[in-house]
Amino acid sequence: MADKNNDFKKNPFSLQVDLSRFSPSQFDLATEEEKAQQEVMSESTTFFKDGMRRLKKNPLAMMSIVVLVLIVLACVVGPMVVPYGYEEMISVNGRRDKTAKNLMPFTWSKNEQKAIDEGQKLFPHILGTDEQCRDYFVRILYGTRVSLAVGLFASIIVLIIGLLYGSVAGYAGGRVDLIMMRIVDIIYSLPDMLMVILLSVIMKETLAPLIQNTVLAGLGVNMISLFLVFALLYWVSMARLVRGQILTIKENEYILAARSIGAKPARIIRQHIIPNCLSVIIISTALQVPSAIFTESFLSFLGMGVQAPMPSLGSLANAARSGLQSYPHKLVFPAVVICLIVLSFNLLGDGLRDAFDPKLRR
Amino acid sequence: MSSEYLVEVKDLKQYFPVSTGFMKKTSLKAVDGVSFSIRPGETLGLVGESGCGKTTVGRTILRLYQPTGGEVLFDGRKVTNSNITELRKEMQMVFQDPYSSLDPRMTVEDIIGEPLDVHKLYSTRAERREKILNLMELVGLNAEHARRYAHEFSGGQRQRIGIARALAVDPRFIICDEPVSALDVSIQAQVVNMFEDLQKQLGVAYLFIAHDLLIVRHISDRIAVMYLGKIVEIADADELNDNPQHPYTISLLSAVPIPDPKITRQRKRIILQGDVPSPMHMPTGCAFRSRCRYATEQCARECPSLADRGNGHMVACWNK
Ligand SMILES: Nc1ncnc2c1ncn2[C@@H]1O[C@H](COP(=O)(O)OP(=O)(O)OP(=O)(O)O)[C@@H](O)[C@H]1O
Ligand SMILES: [Mg+2]
Repeated sequence: MADKNNDFKKNPFSLQVDLSRFSPSQFDLATEEEKAQQEVMSESTTFFKDGMRRLKKNPLAMMSIVVLVLIVLACVVGPMVVPYGYEEMISVNGRRDKTAKNLMPFTWSKNEQKAIDEGQKLFPHILGTDEQCRDYFVRILYGTRVSLAVGLFASIIVLIIGLLYGSVAGYAGGRVDLIMMRIVDIIYSLPDMLMVILLSVIMKETLAPLIQNTVLAGLGVNMISLFLVFALLYWVSMARLVRGQILTIKENEYILAARSIGAKPARIIRQHIIPNCLSVIIISTALQVPSAIFTESFLSFLGMGVQAPMPSLGSLANAARSGLQSYPHKLVFPAVVICLIVLSFNLLGDGLRDAFDPKLRR
Repeated sequence: MSSEYLVEVKDLKQYFPVSTGFMKKTSLKAVDGVSFSIRPGETLGLVGESGCGKTTVGRTILRLYQPTGGEVLFDGRKVTNSNITELRKEMQMVFQDPYSSLDPRMTVEDIIGEPLDVHKLYSTRAERREKILNLMELVGLNAEHARRYAHEFSGGQRQRIGIARALAVDPRFIICDEPVSALDVSIQAQVVNMFEDLQKQLGVAYLFIAHDLLIVRHISDRIAVMYLGKIVEIADADELNDNPQHPYTISLLSAVPIPDPKITRQRKRIILQGDVPSPMHMPTGCAFRSRCRYATEQCARECPSLADRGNGHMVACWNK
């Protein structure tokens, strides 16, 4: 019989600690406190706080938030400060001033100059005036308002329709999903700009008698048909996105776990599915805003957007086209504002995606 | 009315439709005629290789999948779609993957509290919180972590959260679907011991699914061995260990490591030849015959059914 200790003889090439050199009394049991130290826990943060923290670290996203806030503030406060209306022609001493046409920024017309010399105080034309003697700065402020409103409303419409349609398709699955998604494919395959133009032309004709003498008439037929066009065409990518999200979330075991607990479908959608795809939806809505603004500007530029005298950034740019050689600044200003808005929303959307995508955790 | 058994599974079948190309459909027989029963407070181990249908058995018992055939009796009562919501207070499940079975947007408190919310098992907020803290203590979680999110915990801690959620409704039967296979070996032992302690304290019955025979042997009173959707052998844990009958069980047991090098060296490992047949194209007769050393003509013709070899040791084999 070999010696019992021989079983534990250390192989000379082994890197293991030679336990035969120790006796059991040399070992201590770990105390509870020492065990607790093994459990390293990081500081608790909620998902939202964590995302905001990362968003704050992104200089581009923060800059776009600042730019957007400034633009919105200017749109809201500007028209209150500047004493001109967007459709008001400049008048001096109660009489229309026909000399105040196509003024350069910070200049006065002959009549205004006279009034100032007489001791009157007038508000400067910060960006000059247009060819119909209207203050250009105020028009740009109103145009920005319109463009932002169109962008936000269109995104909200897209969000609501896309969310409902996509979540029904995704949650129901099977045949329902198949049919609903084929409809989306058909809408998706239509050339969208052509459809937008055709639809807004047709809508204009059919809508005009319908909305006469209602509140909607104030908005203008063009605006309403624009919204309708967005509602009819642009929700498809949102619906696809939502459906895809729900399909992947549905596969997770925590949905099965909720079912095994006895949770009803409504509760599962409310408590588990929507919170888990919310960040993706918010982000793509933020990215939808610039695309809607862009489309609105494009349509207004073609003369199919908002109705004169209401300005929008696109129609202002369009109007500036005729006098491009003499007054290039009239095209530059609305173009710069469009660029700023679109760029800021895009950068903000990108920043949101980076901050809230759990897979990009840093 | 109640019988000797808490849970009785009779000839349970679960076929999944799978499409094999355009307009062609076949069914995948994930579970094909499984029967077993579990007494109150007992643990039945269910072992088998990956893909043999263990998870599907568990989920079909809980009606997470609609069974294709067969029935499940709980406490003598037939489980149907109309009484399942009520029975979910009695039967619960701990899931295989502690990472995907907890909602990342919920705090631990809300995860454990969800069964309480669904079944309205409290009258005040304070009572809810107290119940949750008791459950956390029961599974060895620190009560200070109640407001944290699941992703902040380690695998072992997450599995404890999953167990606390299953225990929240005070069930009499828990299906544990490989609750430790995603965990590290050192933590496996802790969690398995916790399952045993909980059983002693609360008297729950377990269906303990695993592919690791060593763990199943340790925790189970009886063990069922599964191969391609069918149970091939059921016996008491010790009996199965000392006197395995089915060739598949014998080969499984021969692969279990024994913590003694001398025995291990002497022991002959039986390495199975051949491949596992696809569950979509099941061979005729006995499913195991393509890999069995004892296969005869009879095995190709007829599928053996479970037959009692005394003391409740059931084997499904013609030759053994
Ligand atoms: N929802 C489903 N639809 C179609 N087939 C499925 C589905 N769920 C499981 N299967 C198939 O059923 C068979 C059994 O799967 P199951 O998950 O029950 O195996 P398992 O024994 O739990 O394996 P593991 O040990 O890897 O967890 C597999 O072939 C699998 O592909
Ligand atoms: Mg499984």
